[in-house]
Amino acid sequence: MRSDAGKLSLILLMAPFALWILLLIVLPQLGIGYVSLREKVGPGQFTFGFGNYMDFLGEPIYWNTLLRTAWMSILVTILALLVGFPVAYYIAKIARQRSRAALFLLCLIPLWVSDLVRAFGWIVLLRETGLVSGALQWAGLISGPVELLYNDVTVVIGLVYTVVLFMIVPLVSTLDGMDDALLEAGYNLGGSRFTVFRRIIVPYAMPGIVAGCIITFMLTAGSYLTPILLGGKNSSWFTEQIYNQFITRYNWEAGATFGVLLLGFTSLVIWLGLKLTGQSLATTVAKD
Amino acid sequence: MYDLRCDSVTKRFGSFTAVNNVSFDIPSGSFFSILGPSGCGKTTLMRMIAGFENPDQGDILIKGRSVLKDAPNKRNVKMVFQHLALFPMMTVGENIAYGLRCRGDAKSEIGGKVNAVLDRVGLPGVEDKQISQLSGGQKQRIAIARCMVLEPDVLLLDEPLGALDLKLREHMKIELKQLQHQFETTFLYITHDQSEALVMSDNVAVMNAGRFEQIGPPKDLYENPVSGFVAGFVGDSNRWGGRVDRMSDGTAHVALDGGDSVLATPGAGGLGDNREVEVFVRPEAISVGRGAEGCTLSGTVDSLLFNGANSRILVRTGTGKLIEVADQAGVSGVNEGDAIDIHWQGHRALCFGKGAA
Repeated sequence: MRSDAGKLSLILLMAPFALWILLLIVLPQLGIGYVSLREKVGPGQFTFGFGNYMDFLGEPIYWNTLLRTAWMSILVTILALLVGFPVAYYIAKIARQRSRAALFLLCLIPLWVSDLVRAFGWIVLLRETGLVSGALQWAGLISGPVELLYNDVTVVIGLVYTVVLFMIVPLVSTLDGMDDALLEAGYNLGGSRFTVFRRIIVPYAMPGIVAGCIITFMLTAGSYLTPILLGGKNSSWFTEQIYNQFITRYNWEAGATFGVLLLGFTSLVIWLGLKLTGQSLATTVAKD
Repeated sequence: MYDLRCDSVTKRFGSFTAVNNVSFDIPSGSFFSILGPSGCGKTTLMRMIAGFENPDQGDILIKGRSVLKDAPNKRNVKMVFQHLALFPMMTVGENIAYGLRCRGDAKSEIGGKVNAVLDRVGLPGVEDKQISQLSGGQKQRIAIARCMVLEPDVLLLDEPLGALDLKLREHMKIELKQLQHQFETTFLYITHDQSEALVMSDNVAVMNAGRFEQIGPPKDLYENPVSGFVAGFVGDSNRWGGRVDRMSDGTAHVALDGGDSVLATPGAGGLGDNREVEVFVRPEAISVGRGAEGCTLSGTVDSLLFNGANSRILVRTGTGKLIEVADQAGVSGVNEGDAIDIHWQGHRALCFGKGAA
């Protein structure tokens, strides 16, 4: 009886989650995978095969966009790590207990504003008639208005700004668990600041670093709004290609193929990253 | 030759004085303990020696040289932390090699030194194990090995036995003492557990509220405490408050609060004109029966506390005081409720002025 009740409560508790995963993640992905294997041979007529994938490989603009998206996402991830680590370290190890919660909340505040509004915030700052351009002219550093939008640097900055929080959160929670005595032992046994950082702090924080990197990389590679709004037509972000195929060209087969490829490619990058750092999903993202 | 010398070291945190004008010398190769209740400043003192805090006044000398200007990683004092602070992401061997690598030892020598120190702490062949695979006592020994492999001038130990269960703690006490003999290194051990300090140390300093109350060999502290605090903190004691009625031949006649009158010898330093005193009598100084000289009280046996060689009889006197009397392995043969006389010799009872240092 007891185990039956236990089973029932498990089913009831997990049902919403399972339904969510099944209906909103698994089924659509299966659908996308199915559509991607469909080749249009005439109006309403389809055969199955890898023709859509061949098209992708045959067109350099497509796979160049995918590679470019991957490289820029990796760059954004690295920058987010460089920016996020000191912030996380300060919050977890240096700040006093009382200010810690306030600082953490400050990091969360940008999430209260939608992605779209935040991207427009950057536009207000960086456009030709924007604040930065105006301030530079007022200071006499430049003679005429300057357009700071629609280039890769802006896209990268905007993306780092959007995702850095998702780097900070796992880092704070890992660093928070580190006993200060470990650092003191590191110094006491003769380590310099650099040695302690390299041999104690970083290895200890590695699960958090990898978890943060996986989350930020996935978010960046799959982001749409920020690269489009800040990069304009030059952004050549892979999600933009997917959007174009689905909406503009109404070519669902190609769009679905790109979707599968993006998922496959980002998963491959993460798998490589895990292999290189000697971590596994169980020790990083799934860590309790 | 002194390995470690502290010279009027003082440390304040805001208006709170954690360590107040502490001076001591530790002879080379000895086991020195600082014993005190929690919050007495002993950890702060140790952290200053390790370099994690800077004293506001005074000087710390290691092998005769002031180390105040040296960063923690430049001092040749190593520390065994309270929770050991072994690096969980490294194997046992890497933990021990960490210090050697920081020091810049040649790669070829490190492996041999790690093996040698593991042999000395009695754990050969564990260098490839993860820290989480070790038992509590093994972790303890690895933490010591990690420090000893660097041949420090002084090894600091910050209550390292606190986290162990009782049986293992008793065992590690003896083992620590043996390790200290074996390495012939100066150990500075801090603890709030008086039995750890008494068993292991060559010298013990009793610390209270930032000051050293007394420094001496354990036997000295036990038998000739200089203050009421030391008498009460080191070993078990019956402790009563009272007033001195009169003095005769250096012995005080004390009227205890709530009745009874006893004889007691003023502790070192005398009583001055202090009339309010505390009287301390060790349970083992009291014997069952009447004595020709000294002090005799009568009462009834309230309960028997059997604990092997540490067994006690709790005697309730006519005035309601509970007195602990030593009763080795219950040989006295008394029963609960029996009327009983107890006595002790005048010099076995010590009294100290109340509130005086």
